[in-house]
Amino acid sequence: MSLRTPLSEAKGLGSAKEGASHWWLQRLTAIALIPLATWLAFAVAMLGDASYETVVAWLQTPYVAVLLILFVAATFYHTQLGLQVIVEDYVHGWLKVVTIILINFLCIAFAVAGIVALLKIFL
Amino acid sequence: MANLERPLSPHLQIYKWPLAMAISILHRITGVALAVGAMLMVAIFIAVAADPECYGWIHGYLANKIGKTFLFLWTFALFLHLFNGIRHLFWDAGYGFEKSTTTKSGVWVIIASFILTFAVWGAAYYCTNV
Repeated sequence: MSLRTPLSEAKGLGSAKEGASHWWLQRLTAIALIPLATWLAFAVAMLGDASYETVVAWLQTPYVAVLLILFVAATFYHTQLGLQVIVEDYVHGWLKVVTIILINFLCIAFAVAGIVALLKIFL
Repeated sequence: MANLERPLSPHLQIYKWPLAMAISILHRITGVALAVGAMLMVAIFIAVAADPECYGWIHGYLANKIGKTFLFLWTFALFLHLFNGIRHLFWDAGYGFEKSTTTKSGVWVIIASFILTFAVWGAAYYCTNV
């Protein structure tokens, strides 16, 4: 037996119409990160002597810059969602709220810093 | 505050640690480790964007035995989290819930993680002749 009205059940949107957004974005970023992370692991491994000039030249390759910016964005979105789930499980009360706010700020800050650094190298 | 006198369910150290449980816990631990690794990666990008000295400083910390050990563990954590993440995506789609299947898929997660970790480090040594 369901407590929901037939109309709300037919729409299937949940109370705030975004009940599954956290869950869905976690999966969306996860799927994006499967090829991106695998590519990055092998690409970094094959960089060679990793001298400053080699690394800069690699980071200035257009497709590398694009993939890395996508990687940084997806990674920190995924990280923020994942760490928040862990905090929600183990931290309670006002400390939970403070920790989640800090995680959100930290992940956004690192994502922006990473993208700005990549753009500075590329441009 | 909850009543602390009430009986608690058995804690982690009581159980026999089946594979599924170990991987589930490792998924979270590797997730946190990879979050730290992602922040280090941004630090490297910032160092490269700054100047060669800054890059050399951070490179010095990573290009030795301790640094490489950490990078190796991070590589393994990445693939464990990645392959177990794929396992989770199959569960999300409704497949692989039988007990025997979860054990089998768990074993494959670990095997695949080892293979890909050694493939990455094999590629690194092949390309750098270290």
